[in-house]
Amino acid sequence: MNATTHLDLNTIWFILVGILLTGYALLDGFDLGIGALHLFTPDDHERRILLNSIGPVWDGNEVWLVTGGGALFAPFPDVYATVFSGFYLALVLLLVSLIFRAVAIEFRSKRPMRWWRQMWDVGFSAGSILSALLIGTALGNIAWGVPLDENGEFAGTFLGLLTPYPLLVGVTTVALFMMHGAIYGVLKTEGVLHDKLRIWAVRCIIFFVICAVTLTMATLLYVPHMAARVRANPWLFSVALANMLAIANIPREFHHGRDGRAFLSSCAAIITLMALFALNLFPDLVYSAPHPEFSLDIHNAASSSHTLGIMLVIAAIGVPVVIAYTVSIYWIFRGKVKIDRMSY
Amino acid sequence: MDVLTLSRIQFGLTIGFHYLYPPLSIGLGVMLVLMEGAWLRTGNEIYHQMARFWTRIFALTFALGVATGIVMEFEFGTNWATYSRFVGDVFGSALAAEGIFAFFLESGFLALLLFGWDKVGRKTHFFATCMVALGAHFSAVWIVVANSWMQTPAGYHIVGQGMRARAEVTDFWQVVFNPSMLCRLSHTLGGAWATGGFLVASVSAWYILKGRHLDFARKSLKAGLGLGLAASLLQATTGHLSAQNVARHQPAKLAAFEGLYHTTARAPLVLAGYVDEKDQKVIGLEAPDLLSFLADDNINGVVEGLDDFSAGDRPPVVPCFIFFHGMVAIGFGLLGLSALGLWSLRGNRLFQRRWLLWLLVFSVVGPELANQFGWFAAEVGRQPWIVYGVLRTPEALSVVVKANVVMASLILFTVVYFLLFAAFIYLLNEKIQHGPEDADLIPSGKLALPVKP
Ligand code: HDD
Ligand code: HEM
Ligand code: HEM
Repeated sequence: MNATTHLDLNTIWFILVGILLTGYALLDGFDLGIGALHLFTPDDHERRILLNSIGPVWDGNEVWLVTGGGALFAPFPDVYATVFSGFYLALVLLLVSLIFRAVAIEFRSKRPMRWWRQMWDVGFSAGSILSALLIGTALGNIAWGVPLDENGEFAGTFLGLLTPYPLLVGVTTVALFMMHGAIYGVLKTEGVLHDKLRIWAVRCIIFFVICAVTLTMATLLYVPHMAARVRANPWLFSVALANMLAIANIPREFHHGRDGRAFLSSCAAIITLMALFALNLFPDLVYSAPHPEFSLDIHNAASSSHTLGIMLVIAAIGVPVVIAYTVSIYWIFRGKVKIDRMSY
Repeated sequence: MDVLTLSRIQFGLTIGFHYLYPPLSIGLGVMLVLMEGAWLRTGNEIYHQMARFWTRIFALTFALGVATGIVMEFEFGTNWATYSRFVGDVFGSALAAEGIFAFFLESGFLALLLFGWDKVGRKTHFFATCMVALGAHFSAVWIVVANSWMQTPAGYHIVGQGMRARAEVTDFWQVVFNPSMLCRLSHTLGGAWATGGFLVASVSAWYILKGRHLDFARKSLKAGLGLGLAASLLQATTGHLSAQNVARHQPAKLAAFEGLYHTTARAPLVLAGYVDEKDQKVIGLEAPDLLSFLADDNINGVVEGLDDFSAGDRPPVVPCFIFFHGMVAIGFGLLGLSALGLWSLRGNRLFQRRWLLWLLVFSVVGPELANQFGWFAAEVGRQPWIVYGVLRTPEALSVVVKANVVMASLILFTVVYFLLFAAFIYLLNEKIQHGPEDADLIPSGKLALPVKP
């Protein structure tokens, strides 16, 4: 293997993992958002509509996370090992939230009792909010920098992960997903619920914009290595600019009643945010603070180039097929939600 | 307790709980394909009703399989980080392939299977059902590839030393088709089919006992028992192949399965009994020469005993013995039960034999237990290795995770899993009590249209 192909494969896998996680944020993002909004309506029928708006797709959306996990394990085992063992308690909480979400969707409408439905409704909503918060906080920690030792092992504590900056990223993620979910909900519903969702969507947009602005300022002020990277690579400003335009476009389209375009803008906002995050990190995968020399990057944390090559073949065969039938499923279930006998 | 014990308990609990559901989904998936296929072929509406009823049960087992599976995906990183660093090259690839090839397929078409009844035509729906079943089988393929590699590693070499040592793939196809993969895959799938078949048989037998949905129940029972019998036969065959494989590649494990302390020619097979650890022997009913014959196809064959291995290289004998013999006993029990049931179904004698129906009602517990026993035997028998002959289990732990955190997560998982299990049983019971819906006798929406010639 010569050095250049090696370099290429590692970079490609950095991009592929990024794509998988972005896909997760795009797709499960609106699921989690719908979940976060679920308790806002007390009406059983409306809750069922919300649930069924994501009914046929939520499981497939979650697979993006599962595959993202596998796609981190195979090409970058050291990152998988360090992050998951280091963030142990946070990860266990995330898993429990995801469990409750998954079974609540399936279980909730199976029995008519009020307490039964209320219990799973709370499980669904709390699970969604907590998942979004934890995922965002984890990303925030990666951006902020994580204490690593010379073996690349996590050298911090659980409470050390809950500092203001990562938590701010977590809250911003919740806001982002709520906005994304509310707009998705507007697309999938009609009548009274549709009008309610319109109002919630506007509030979520405001909430998100406040978070996003605060976060941008905090990043520039308090995360010097991120700011330095932007200064060293001025072209990154164009990505940031695209991000701001995408965000600004959401309320504009929404105001004019072009909900579909508003949803696309929201997708664009997520994509550009993830791109900014990834470009700022590259070539590191876990930035080590206060000892940057112990950082895990796309080379020192990677599998052999042989495996990276094999995995690339697997991805090249699998991913197009996955995208093809994902698109067909969304197409078959397009349009407004109707409750029937098979619904949740 | 130390981190190692706690992590082992937690892994055993979470995988054992996960593995209650996938066999049901894999087996039910096959049943669904058969039922819907029968409907398309014969046009008999009762098959449509069957497919729809069992689809609802399938949705339930599937949801729990997904919810508990996510835990497994991340647990290697949380609790076995050193292991993950060591085998990421090999093991991670299989997990990623599982996601790309299996889970996406399954979850994508599941939407059509569950919610697509009125939205697509008959052929498309049947195609979706087949794809869901196929996806479930694919996940078994990749996970068994990964696990079999841990049992009989092949196609890799070790680079680096000490903390930095890791296994790297040299030949991908050797990794996939490692020596134990094919026989363990067929055995695992057979176990899953048996689970699906006997679930259907259990529920149908109960309807017959209660005199409800008789026509539906009779057809379901026949299908369930048919699959159950076929799978049980397969289990005896592939189990035998697995045992020979174990004899060849993991002799210490086979010795532990059989409680064989001393290397013996013409070794007997223990049919039933218990291990006397102090005196290092097995007390019970033995079939002379049979173990040698089974392991070697030759009654004079020599079978290695535990005394060939240093004390530090022996798996724990008593659990291996119990799990292994429990599985085999259940296997033969199921074989007999399904054969008897099918036999009695001819000429409707089964409906007088209430004791047999009652046995059938509880029969689904059999394959579920055998699946658990089988995995426990296979995994405990691999000890003290996590990757056989390459990496020891105590060396595989996460360095940074402390006992008190694992204790906390273990308690959390235990509580949550008990809750889930209770809710699952409750809903399953509700669904069964409710029974098939008469409305399902009439296909609706696009399904009502006949298949275009
Ligand atoms: C793909 C991998 C895989 C799969 C499918 C399974 N296991 Fe396993 N199992 C492991 C991978 C593993 C492991 C990672 O290799 C462990 C963790 C520690 C160890 O010794 O091996 C393990 C340990 C382990 C232990 C602790 C053994 C000990 O250390 O004494 C038990 C009881 C089980 N498993 C039980 C099961 C059951 C009941 C399974 C299926 C239903 C199962 N495992 C499937
Ligand atoms: C440690 C090992 C295992 C891991 C990491 C694992 C991982 C997972 C994950 C992440 C899911 C959820 C996928 C989704 O979101 O759709 C899942 C579900 C599933 N798993 Fe596992 N699993 C393991 C063991 C097994 C075994 C041993 C089998 C079968 C032989 C199996 C078969 C399935 C199937 C069929 C599903 C789909 C859900 C269902 O049908 O119940 N898994 N698994
Ligand atoms: C009838 C006689 C049976 C025999 C002789 C037999 C034999 C075996 C052997 C030797 C193993 C260990 C393989 C290894 O460690 O690599 C095994 C594992 C296993 N068995 Fe069986 N078995 C039988 C019946 C069953 C039945 C009825 C089921 C389930 C319905 C079952 C489910 C399993 C499972 C899930 C495993 C673990 C996967 C594997 O290692 O292949 N077995 N069996």
